[in-house]
Amino acid sequence: MTLYSILFYLIAALILCATTAAVTRRNMVYAVIYLVLSFFGTAMLFYLLGAPFLAALEIIIYAGAIMVLFLFIIMMIHMEEKPGTFFPSRQLLPALALSGLYLAAFVALVSTDKGGWRPLAAAQALPKEFGIYLYNNHWLSIEIASTLLLVALIAALILGQKIRRRTGAAGKEAP
Amino acid sequence: MIVPFRHVFLLSGLLFVLGMFCTLTRRNLVMILLGVEIMLNAASVAFVGSALRWQQMEGQALVLFILAIAATEVSVGLALIVAIYRRTGSIDPDVQWTQLEEGSD
Repeated sequence: MTLYSILFYLIAALILCATTAAVTRRNMVYAVIYLVLSFFGTAMLFYLLGAPFLAALEIIIYAGAIMVLFLFIIMMIHMEEKPGTFFPSRQLLPALALSGLYLAAFVALVSTDKGGWRPLAAAQALPKEFGIYLYNNHWLSIEIASTLLLVALIAALILGQKIRRRTGAAGKEAP
Repeated sequence: MIVPFRHVFLLSGLLFVLGMFCTLTRRNLVMILLGVEIMLNAASVAFVGSALRWQQMEGQALVLFILAIAATEVSVGLALIVAIYRRTGSIDPDVQWTQLEEGSD
């Protein structure tokens, strides 16, 4: 057990606990905040596994942007909690069965991998090397991804605008 | 020396199962989207572990694209959820949308 492996198991336990807490929370705000904790853990894991640039991106995009967007929407929607509907059994039982089946198949699949027991050698991909690699080999994919982000931006704008026009028209008709 | 690759992969599998469980059981569109996020995150953990195992940067490059996809999916999905909420006043996936629309018309 080196320091790195102790750190790995600590971070893995942190991620699993935080994600379990997030999945089982009744209050969505708490769920999102536990998930932020889980994403911080994932960022630490990325750093440990030799991807410091991705660790920074994980914090900035996942924990920073996406989760804050979730928080905004949750506070905007402000739904009332219905007491009896948490984990209804007709959804819980198939989900448990599917999860158990999936886990069993996954463990069987992983245990057939003969080379998986060799400890990983520590290595780091520095941000500069990573950027050079990315733009040498995947420049077209980056262009496509940025176009996709633009499309998503326009789609979100249109989805919001339609609603506003409809409510505006309804407000005009009412008086 | 860090841990065996198997343990990294197992961690990502457990995270994926948690996300799938969240998506399957919660009766709330926001929590369903959150479960999809957890599953995407589990996939990126597996990719980073594989990148370290085979000493190639291909896995890390794919994680970058997973991040872009996750941001896209969340923005469109949340916009749709807000539209659904304003239309029907509920974010429960079990609500009969057609009945509500007929009722409002």
